[in-house]
Amino acid sequence: MSLITAENIVMRYGDVRVLDGVDASVEPGEIVTLIGPNGSGKSTLVKVLLGVVRPDGGRVVRAPGLRLGYVPQKLHIDASLPITVSRFLSLPARPSADRMAAVAQITGITGLRDRQMTALSGGQFQRVLLARALLTDPQLLILDEPTQGLDQTGEADFYELIEQVRRETGAGVFMVSHDLHVVMSASDRVICLNHHICCAGTPHVVRAAPEYRALFGRGTHGALALYQHQHDHEHEHEHDGPGHHGHDHAGANLDDSDKESPTIAESSDHA
Amino acid sequence: MLDHFLLRAVLAGIGIAVAAGPLGSFVVWRRMAYFGDATAHAAVLGVALALILSVPVTLGTLVVALAMAAAVNWLSARGHAMDASLGVLAHAALALGLVVISFVPGVRVDLSAFLFGDILAVSRADLLVIWGGAALVVTLLVWRWSRLLTATLSRELAAASGIDADREGLVLTLALAVVVAVALKVVGALLIAAMLIIPAAAARALARSPESMAFGAVGIGMLATLGGLAASWYLDTPAGPSIVSAAAAIFVLTTLSGRLLGRG
Repeated sequence: MSLITAENIVMRYGDVRVLDGVDASVEPGEIVTLIGPNGSGKSTLVKVLLGVVRPDGGRVVRAPGLRLGYVPQKLHIDASLPITVSRFLSLPARPSADRMAAVAQITGITGLRDRQMTALSGGQFQRVLLARALLTDPQLLILDEPTQGLDQTGEADFYELIEQVRRETGAGVFMVSHDLHVVMSASDRVICLNHHICCAGTPHVVRAAPEYRALFGRGTHGALALYQHQHDHEHEHEHDGPGHHGHDHAGANLDDSDKESPTIAESSDHA
Repeated sequence: MLDHFLLRAVLAGIGIAVAAGPLGSFVVWRRMAYFGDATAHAAVLGVALALILSVPVTLGTLVVALAMAAAVNWLSARGHAMDASLGVLAHAALALGLVVISFVPGVRVDLSAFLFGDILAVSRADLLVIWGGAALVVTLLVWRWSRLLTATLSRELAAASGIDADREGLVLTLALAVVVAVALKVVGALLIAAMLIIPAAAARALARSPESMAFGAVGIGMLATLGGLAASWYLDTPAGPSIVSAAAAIFVLTTLSGRLLGRG
């Protein structure tokens, strides 16, 4: 059974439908990646999955007793709050010393435990956040652009760490990513979001989908394409328009591997 | 043994310091300083209403402080700019309170006692209220400490750990209203927020953990009470403002020494 399932999620901020009939689910041991332009509702969907906000429509079903670990996009700790790494890791509940040592070992933060959180570098901080998420031995890890602010090496190391965690613990992973290269190499399934689900499936399937091309352009250079999209509002108008364009995408909700579609996209996407 | 008014004043100040230390730390961490101000200013309206309805002043301030806190929460949940709505509510409540007090029939109200406190006039009954309120607040904060701290760090992290950040925010709001209600007599509506913020901010420079900051704030609050009352005794200065001034002086000292000792 799925670790977590979101069905037909609708979320409005004022008059704007940030999420419009979005489905998502994560199976044990599976890495699902959520991509989409800035402001497409990715973080909102994460908040809905976490239960921070209640959706205006639809529902989220968790496996009974689900242990969930969460790594936020960025955590700002106010300079007025003094807190060491090990105190941070023991919130809200202090883990056993063995567990703490093991997780610190995996994430490479053993030497940092007496440091102040505010004195950590970006990469160290993210590894501490991952460590905290891992302490409860989660069945599901939710990561919201966890590598923002890391350099390329740091980013690659971080994703390798996640892959290792998945391999060793069998946890399901749901992550938001900006980096298309990483998405394509590390995910089992990709969901492409722009308020509604534009396309979903294995990386191959998604890469070939016209909706994906429309969002991220052709000769994409990894993450760059996302920023380009920001200045291109045409696509959004298309969908907000009266033409019920969104429903066409149901057909593009390609499901998976057996249809491993032609790889026309391959060459242009890899740039 | 509680016969001397100065002893009662010291005990009242210490009672406030014990509750204000940990609560003030949260106020600082969550940047709720202005929120504290708004709640405290609303207390004046509570005083006025209590006098008109002939109910205990502490009850009136507690109810109005809670109502103010609820109003602020309600506004912020609807996406109103907190800065402006707090400003409107805080000053409107203060002004309205002063206006309403002027209508209180027959009673000569010592307005400055409510604005600046009258710690030297604390009675045994007041002491009971202050220590009862302080005990309630400290119990509440200790009981929920880890959850409050997690929710303060991040709503999302809290949610992932099964903690409802809104509920924890409500706990702090409640604690804040209680402290405002019982501290009104000691430092007055205008300076309650100072007793929350200044000791905690002073403790920050020397603390390496949330807990040491909270304890440090309690200690500094006590020290400020003693220092302020001593100044008031010898220099004949107003007691409430003297206590806050002492706290501010300690803040300058700890911040400077924190710099000198080098941080982290």
